Amino acid sequence: MAGPHCLVSIYSCGIMRPEKNLLIKEVGVAKRHDPSIDSFVSKRYEHGFVTDIESEQFAAGLSEDVVRAISAKKNEPEFLLEWRLEAYRHWLTLTPPDWAHLKMSPIDFQAISYFAAPKSNANAPKSLDEVDPKLLETYEKLGVPLHERARLAGVAVDAVFDSVSVATTFKDKLEEVGVIFCPFSEAAQKHPELIKQYLGKVVPYRDNFFAALNSAVFSDGSFVYIPKGVRSPLELSTYFRINAANTGQFERTLIVAEEGSYVSYLEGCTAPMRDENQLHAAVVELIAKTDAEIKYSTVQNWYPGDEEGRGGIYNFVTKRGSCEGDRSKISWTQIETGSAITWKYPSCILRGDDSVGEFYSVALTNNHQQADTGTKMIHIGKRTKSVIISKGISAGQAQNAYRGLVRIAPTAVKARNYSQCDSLLIGDRCGAHTFPYMEVSESTAQVEHEATTSKIGEDQLFYCQSRGLSEEDAVSMIVNGFCKEVFKKLPMEFALEAQNLLAVSLEGSVG
Amino acid sequence: MSSDLLLDIKNVCASVEEKQVLKGLSLQIKPGEVHAIMGPNGAGKSSLSNVLAGRDAFKVTDGEIAYCGEDLLELSPEERAHKGIFMAFQYPVEIPGVNNLYFMRSAFNAKREANGEEPMEAYPFMMKVQQLCGELEMNPDFLKRALNDGFSGGEKKRNEMLQMMLLEPKLAILDETDSGLDIDALRVISNAVNSLRNTERSFLVVTHYQRLLDYIKPDFVHVLANGKIVKSGDASLALELEEKGYAWINEEV
Repeated sequence: MAGPHCLVSIYSCGIMRPEKNLLIKEVGVAKRHDPSIDSFVSKRYEHGFVTDIESEQFAAGLSEDVVRAISAKKNEPEFLLEWRLEAYRHWLTLTPPDWAHLKMSPIDFQAISYFAAPKSNANAPKSLDEVDPKLLETYEKLGVPLHERARLAGVAVDAVFDSVSVATTFKDKLEEVGVIFCPFSEAAQKHPELIKQYLGKVVPYRDNFFAALNSAVFSDGSFVYIPKGVRSPLELSTYFRINAANTGQFERTLIVAEEGSYVSYLEGCTAPMRDENQLHAAVVELIAKTDAEIKYSTVQNWYPGDEEGRGGIYNFVTKRGSCEGDRSKISWTQIETGSAITWKYPSCILRGDDSVGEFYSVALTNNHQQADTGTKMIHIGKRTKSVIISKGISAGQAQNAYRGLVRIAPTAVKARNYSQCDSLLIGDRCGAHTFPYMEVSESTAQVEHEATTSKIGEDQLFYCQSRGLSEEDAVSMIVNGFCKEVFKKLPMEFALEAQNLLAVSLEGSVG
Repeated sequence: MSSDLLLDIKNVCASVEEKQVLKGLSLQIKPGEVHAIMGPNGAGKSSLSNVLAGRDAFKVTDGEIAYCGEDLLELSPEERAHKGIFMAFQYPVEIPGVNNLYFMRSAFNAKREANGEEPMEAYPFMMKVQQLCGELEMNPDFLKRALNDGFSGGEKKRNEMLQMMLLEPKLAILDETDSGLDIDALRVISNAVNSLRNTERSFLVVTHYQRLLDYIKPDFVHVLANGKIVKSGDASLALELEEKGYAWINEEV
């Protein structure tokens, strides 16, 4: 029923086995390939199809009128429209950043349509029964039987189809404890005071080109509010999917964890195949107050383009968390296997004393994919701690760059950072690059950085094969071994999913 | 080809990156026999091991190899493993993050499945491995570590022997397993090999030194020089080599 590498297949797998390692074998699809280490035959993207749903789509182009139209579509309060317009006017003064280790042709921002909503959503459905059957069919194809998923998994799902959320589940259970988990557009209407208080506080629209663009035209996203002292009773999960051709997607996510609260949020995505490059510029803001903890996990599997590098998603994301209170903690865990271009640096601003920031990342690039990703850890409070574990895997002709900044402000007495950046190369036409930046202004701080680059050797593969393992199983095993430290940080079922995803993404990458 | 042979190598020529490493090598091994291959550095000893195990870089350009009456050269390395060929590596590679026990169970079950048997569950497998660890005087903590990662030379070789005992091959190839071992490790490894000797199982022991053959008594000793076998004899040939070195062979040939 569920596809082999959709995020949800895990729930239909039934019982999780306690021994994590045992799972790897099951996801490595055994298949023999033409034996040549250079032959990179990429697996066709399995989620490639476009659902035939009438989209309500704006004509291409961006102007103040378009910004007003988006805001009007969503019945937004006045302050939000004003904020969008300010962002738009600021965006006009900016030029796209060019410092990343990426090769790409300039994006024509006037050729993009800035709003698409499934038409059938005009009268928002109250329950799954009211959801367009074709939408549900799409989920089925992707292996996301929403109703079943929710029931089996106990995961609250706020599914984003294109730009408008179409179904939200488990709301009651969350409401009982006062957790707010809803589409951003709904939050703007029901909780305008919270939106007004927190929106743009961690990532201001002036932050960067793509953040400004997102602030002007963001379509929808998720809002999460965890009240004081509450541990969210569910893992929160949102699926982002892109389904209308030529539509950029601009998600906005805001998570606020009040004093002493805890939430774990999971985000994952797949997208249909198409030829045009698609722009995706999301913004995620996290706020953790005193003693609060936010765990944010991402499994990203957007269409990476074909074997020749045609098509694929351009993914320019600004993700940042603020550890505002003492002893607060924010962890980013990301498994990035998709997109033609990834530009993404989930960061932590460690303001509170003894606050902790963590970044665990696996970024896999194959064929012509390019990734420039990493993190920023800004230490401000006393005794703040950060950990960075980055695992980059390159195959085909892909380029994979880690870019990270650790800044220790003069106030950050006894701050500590540990960074480890490992790169794994498969074949000899890909590249791995590491750009660590360190700015230390406090003499009691401890900053450690370790980096390694290794290749999946013919000798490792041969060793495994001579013991009876297929080549694909061997690659999968070696790569999963390389990523183990990061997978350990994912919730159990997502760790399986991540392994699954890697195996599929690498299929045929070593011939 | 006679059907009572386990391995029948006929006139094999092989090259690595255009360089010819085997130049018309012939060798026959019957079930239950232990053959030692000796020879100077660069003679082609490791090349022979790698050709038999199916390493891609070693291209067979001429000749035939039959294994259990089947054309060995048609088989992938993993298929050879499934059919009972095992090579203990001279330099076992490190694979960080891959749990040793998990790796062994994957290999063990891959072979079982290829032979139409049910995979073994985690618990009985664990018990089996722990018992073998005892025989090899290995600390079972090994099993929890990443495959060969940070192992000493001796530990790596014991780990190879552990896999050999697990996989119970028909033909075990020991590629200079004795290199870099102290006398205790040599004894343990030889005991492992000797414990596996039976009328069905054959060994090809590739070594540079006679020392190993004090512990593993070969039925036949072959001298490999310049890509082919230039002299064959019984165990006494090894002693002769030890005494005189390899130079006289070259003169004789």
